[in-house]
Amino acid sequence: MTTVTRAEYCVIACAEAWRDGGEILASPMGLIPSVGARLARLTFAPDLLLTDGEAMLVRPDGTVEGWLPYRQHLALVTGGRRHVMMGASQIDRFGNQNISCIGDWGQPKRQLLGVRGAPVNTLNNPTSYWVPRHSPRVFVEKVDLVCGVGYDRAAGARFHRIPRVVSDLGVFDFATPDHSMRLTSLHPGVSVEQVAQATGFALSVPEEVPYTREPTAAELELIREVLDPAGARCREVAV
Amino acid sequence: MSDETTTGKTMTADEAVARLRSGMTLGIGGWGSRRKPMALVRALLRSDVTDLTIVSYGGPDVGMLAAAGRIRKLVAAFVTLDSIPLEPHYRAARERGAFELMEIDEAMFMWGLHAAANRLPFLPVRAGIGSDVMRINPGLRTVTSPYDDGETFVAVPALRLDAALVHVNRADRLGNGQFLGPDPYFDDLFCEAADTAYVSCERVVDTAELTKEAAPQSLLVKRHVVTGVVEAPNGAHFTSCAPDYGRDEAWQKAYATTPWPEFAAQYLKEGA
Repeated sequence: MTTVTRAEYCVIACAEAWRDGGEILASPMGLIPSVGARLARLTFAPDLLLTDGEAMLVRPDGTVEGWLPYRQHLALVTGGRRHVMMGASQIDRFGNQNISCIGDWGQPKRQLLGVRGAPVNTLNNPTSYWVPRHSPRVFVEKVDLVCGVGYDRAAGARFHRIPRVVSDLGVFDFATPDHSMRLTSLHPGVSVEQVAQATGFALSVPEEVPYTREPTAAELELIREVLDPAGARCREVAV
Repeated sequence: MSDETTTGKTMTADEAVARLRSGMTLGIGGWGSRRKPMALVRALLRSDVTDLTIVSYGGPDVGMLAAAGRIRKLVAAFVTLDSIPLEPHYRAARERGAFELMEIDEAMFMWGLHAAANRLPFLPVRAGIGSDVMRINPGLRTVTSPYDDGETFVAVPALRLDAALVHVNRADRLGNGQFLGPDPYFDDLFCEAADTAYVSCERVVDTAELTKEAAPQSLLVKRHVVTGVVEAPNGAHFTSCAPDYGRDEAWQKAYATTPWPEFAAQYLKEGA
């Protein structure tokens, strides 16, 4: 077995988001979360539902098992049986997320996508985040526009939950008394100092920070031979 | 039988657009860069109709109308070209503060259309609370459940439209519209939420042909909400119109990388 790459640790860390999810829809956005979701489906989370990225529910071999056009997808979101992993142009220490614009919303410095489904996702089903380049420009003290709702703004939101944030440096959650972001694992080769320097707010860091787990031989083979043989994952995360 | 001999509601794209007025609220069907009624948008761009409120799951329809300065206000959750995530002409217009924006969540948008289609003033939605959607739309109100749960929701106002523009794969002369691709998007809702609706299609067929090609559940748009039917082969180009054709990525790239006046000079002339 050759050395495990950073991108492969990221795949494992994303896949773990859907462990014990049960019979729910995994909605990964971005390539590495997609490989992670399919890896979970093929190994430890066989009941997951997956889409083809369009309107079909498909098995890992591509066999169509259901129809999920946008309007039904939105009903599935509000039904709650889904765990989405979205991107984040900015994310703060309570998990508020921005994908709409940078600067003043009235006349933005940089117009991005728009709020998309972030408000409905975060109030209805577990929402995790994937950040391929961890930097202080992404992990900010305060996001310019709250699209995805964070813990400090979710009082009374019955179904709000942000299970994890995965970046190219490590894995994070909000399991602290005030629901501020906590470092839960480092990808091998990354130091706590490196993460702190790349984060624009004070992270909660436990005494002992474990490393993100190793992939099994079977998982590595699936990633390399079946799910991403062309190695597209290395374009999302270098090293 | 007599249906086959009536003229029905067929008209040209220019005739459809001639019924639109400046200042109207227009809903545009499709999603992102998928099955957009581009032939109708192109006719709109050739007209002098302006000062529009556009309601759209935004794609190049929004980008073009923004670039041409036709939008007074936009209602949207996003604007994207799908394969090119950020719509360059929309971005430029936003960054120069070119128009008013009502930015709401994708689900709020859908329920706003549902409210309009059902002649309701609003529908409650569990989305938006806690997010800055409430800050940037100070007109949005909340509503509290009258039942024991007492939960607070956003009361999404009806997105009532003066006119809807949509593109489907097939239609008959009376306005029965059919989608043949994997996703209907929200084109039926746009038509039901509008006072008038113009449906362009790849091919106008006899009514009896509609159910020969596909199952009746593909009959998305009903004629009672349709004002005009426009036969427009390739009428969603350069967006996708599965299964008739996919997105023309080369065209879309040219659109995204060419200054609008230059692109428009060619695009609007070729479509004449």
